[in-house]
Amino acid sequence: MRNVFLFIRRYFNFLLFLLLQCFSIYLIISYNKYHSAVGAAVMNEVTGKVNTQYNKIDNYLQLKRTNEQLAKDNEQLRNKLRQNFENPDTATRIVTDSIPFDTLGNKRKWEYQSAKVVSNSVTAQNNFLVLGRGSAQQLNKDEGVIDPNNGVVGIVTEVSENFAVVMSLLHKDSRISGVLKNDANGGGSIIWDGKEPNYLSFINVRQSAKAKKGDTVITSGITPTFPYGMIIGTIDEIRPDKSTNNFIIKIKTAANFYNLQYVYAIKNYQREEIDRLVEKAKSRNQ
Amino acid sequence: MSTLVKNILRFVLLILVQFYVLDKIHLHQMVTPYIYFLFILWMPFSLNRSWQMVLAFLLGFTLDSFRHSPGFHAAACSLIAYLRPFLINILIPQEGADTNYDEPSARSMGGVFPYMIYAGLLTLIHHGWLFFLEAMEFGNFWYFIIKTLLSTVISLVLILAAELLFYRKQKFRTNTA
Repeated sequence: MRNVFLFIRRYFNFLLFLLLQCFSIYLIISYNKYHSAVGAAVMNEVTGKVNTQYNKIDNYLQLKRTNEQLAKDNEQLRNKLRQNFENPDTATRIVTDSIPFDTLGNKRKWEYQSAKVVSNSVTAQNNFLVLGRGSAQQLNKDEGVIDPNNGVVGIVTEVSENFAVVMSLLHKDSRISGVLKNDANGGGSIIWDGKEPNYLSFINVRQSAKAKKGDTVITSGITPTFPYGMIIGTIDEIRPDKSTNNFIIKIKTAANFYNLQYVYAIKNYQREEIDRLVEKAKSRNQ
Repeated sequence: MSTLVKNILRFVLLILVQFYVLDKIHLHQMVTPYIYFLFILWMPFSLNRSWQMVLAFLLGFTLDSFRHSPGFHAAACSLIAYLRPFLINILIPQEGADTNYDEPSARSMGGVFPYMIYAGLLTLIHHGWLFFLEAMEFGNFWYFIIKTLLSTVISLVLILAAELLFYRKQKFRTNTA
């Protein structure tokens, strides 16, 4: 026993070093557990608060660009106003849209919630955004996040009271389903290879799909995270993969990850019901 | 200013500069300059080795919390804090320089050259281990070796610049005085 203590005392520094290294590597490997740990939520609030202060200054410096962006948005919205469209006068009865529009929100599926980007990274191997909106402001986990021009940004992974962490598309675990806008047969998955920010890989697209450079890739709408038609990006480079029957496609993201200021989280009101149904089906099959 | 206050200020300032200034710089694709570990390079000689490691771990962990990538910087920082005393032992020329001066600098290490070797080696090890841990997840090796070398060069330039900008007065202390 005495020898054990002597050993520990003699090699205390080395043992401490090993302990710290093991703890770090444990943190890296079990990233998701880290977030569920008690300390992480506190750290999230603290870093979020510091980020908010910094963001106030940063926002001020970017006012001009934000203004231009808003003007562009307004222009787009104005062009969608009903008074800009006129139906030719025909004798038939005007048929209102058959989809009931419910002001109480009973039939509503998607709701957009604006949020300010408090912090953002693009240079790391796993990139995250922090939004200044959290569970106290009705933001939930697993919501999709888009930029003001409908470009996909990422998915909310963690929510604290006033802040939310978004896994950006530039993350090794990010995997969303996309489809070619011009050809519904060209479905596949969007991943990031960890090299260039603003460039993603579009994989598992069959060669029978009609894809060419410059085509738009949009969300497929088959997952409960994003509605159909959110723009992921445009094809930058395309070449066939010889070993499989698929294309290897490189796409440029629609969202510019370098200067995200405001984003929209998309809440899916039907998600819970769908999840419950899937869960039920799964448990029955077992 | 007491050593404690000076080091606390350094800790906070370096983390803020690293996260809010340097992390926003995107030199060619993904080479990010790092300077926050200057805190570890400048830690006083008199500090206990275990404390050096714990402080370095805390430094790395703080940056990790900001970047939402737990573990990477904490691992790299505690590694260089562990290796630091060995390097100092090898590189310091005259007997007792580490008791006559407060912390490592070009002057206390007997010239710019040994100090640059000290800073350069620790920077290389820090970046190497950091990018290696990151590369384990992606598995693209050559890319990360080049990335390590480039980042080391850029970080070293930054360290030199910081060294010149914030000149640290180093008093020569003797026991007799």
